[in-house]
Amino acid sequence: MQPFRADLHIHTLLSPCGDLEMSPANIVKAAAQRNIQILGIADHNSTKHGPLVQKLAQKEGIFTLCGAEVTTKEEAHCLTFFETLESLAQFQQYLDEHLAKIKNDPKYFGCQVVIDEQEMIVEEVEHLLISAINQSLDQVEKKVHELNGLFIPAHIDRPKYSLTSQLGFVPPDIKADALEISKHTTRDEIVKKFPYLDPFTFIRSSDAHFPHDIGQTTTIFELEELTFDEIRMALKKEKGRRVFLNDE
Amino acid sequence: MTVKELKEKLDLTIYSGEQGLDNEITGGYVSDLLSDVMGNADAGEVWVTLQTHKNVMAIASLKDMAAIILVNNHKPEEDTLAQSNEEGIPLLGTAMTTFEVTGRLWELIKK
Repeated sequence: MQPFRADLHIHTLLSPCGDLEMSPANIVKAAAQRNIQILGIADHNSTKHGPLVQKLAQKEGIFTLCGAEVTTKEEAHCLTFFETLESLAQFQQYLDEHLAKIKNDPKYFGCQVVIDEQEMIVEEVEHLLISAINQSLDQVEKKVHELNGLFIPAHIDRPKYSLTSQLGFVPPDIKADALEISKHTTRDEIVKKFPYLDPFTFIRSSDAHFPHDIGQTTTIFELEELTFDEIRMALKKEKGRRVFLNDE
Repeated sequence: MTVKELKEKLDLTIYSGEQGLDNEITGGYVSDLLSDVMGNADAGEVWVTLQTHKNVMAIASLKDMAAIILVNNHKPEEDTLAQSNEEGIPLLGTAMTTFEVTGRLWELIKK
């Protein structure tokens, strides 16, 4: 078993709040410099930059989980990741169907552009990505699992856009593959406050919007090899695979 | 005023929790952040929200609230309905927006 450092919550410049320097190439460069072996690309309500990051990261021996940070109708943020480009595309279609059709105003919210390997703009996403989709937490969870993906409620300790802020507490029966906490808390602190969360796997990530954020907060995965299935097994604590936070 | 009287005055739909229709309403609270309701709502209040997740019922029960009004035609989820029936806290609905229903509520129950 080998340890791998993961930062599973990274925004690209596609997110309106993501810095323009967060190009796929810059993200991969920063990850390589900081010894990150697993990247999670999760733009707000869009999956469109994952595949390019994955392609560039592969050359550096970095594994990429492609997905999105979904805003459910309760306005709770959830990380979602998919194993294949087909399931990623199917999830993108679901997001397109359910995102509120509010035109983005780059002046207020920032640009929402998809770029290619040459850093040329290939698409400017029209609808505001930081609004919510009209699907509930449970509906998003079902869809992600239908597509055999990973469903991880984001920064559950934070006072905004989290399960605790929006829904008061983490629903005890939630079918989450893990729960993400921010750098502001520890697993011990959360479990002390909410003992029923003890059985869950926790990850901690940077929620990077700027290049210097990447890899500032990480989670360690102990795996046999770097594959999606191994990562899933680690989240499920199967066959000796495991996930732990830096301070555990 | 009881929940039943309020229901009639504002022509609200009853989704569930009919056992609680005689609950006495002592005030109201309006919020869509459940963490805020948990911290600030009081017993006996009617809660106006657009959130439909079942945690709404857990918090209404924890705070011993009189009833919940879902605005803007938001429909409760199945497990939310079930829990409302279990707790005996009525879950009501309206096509009115939060602004309108809250204004009318204020007129009816202000002291």
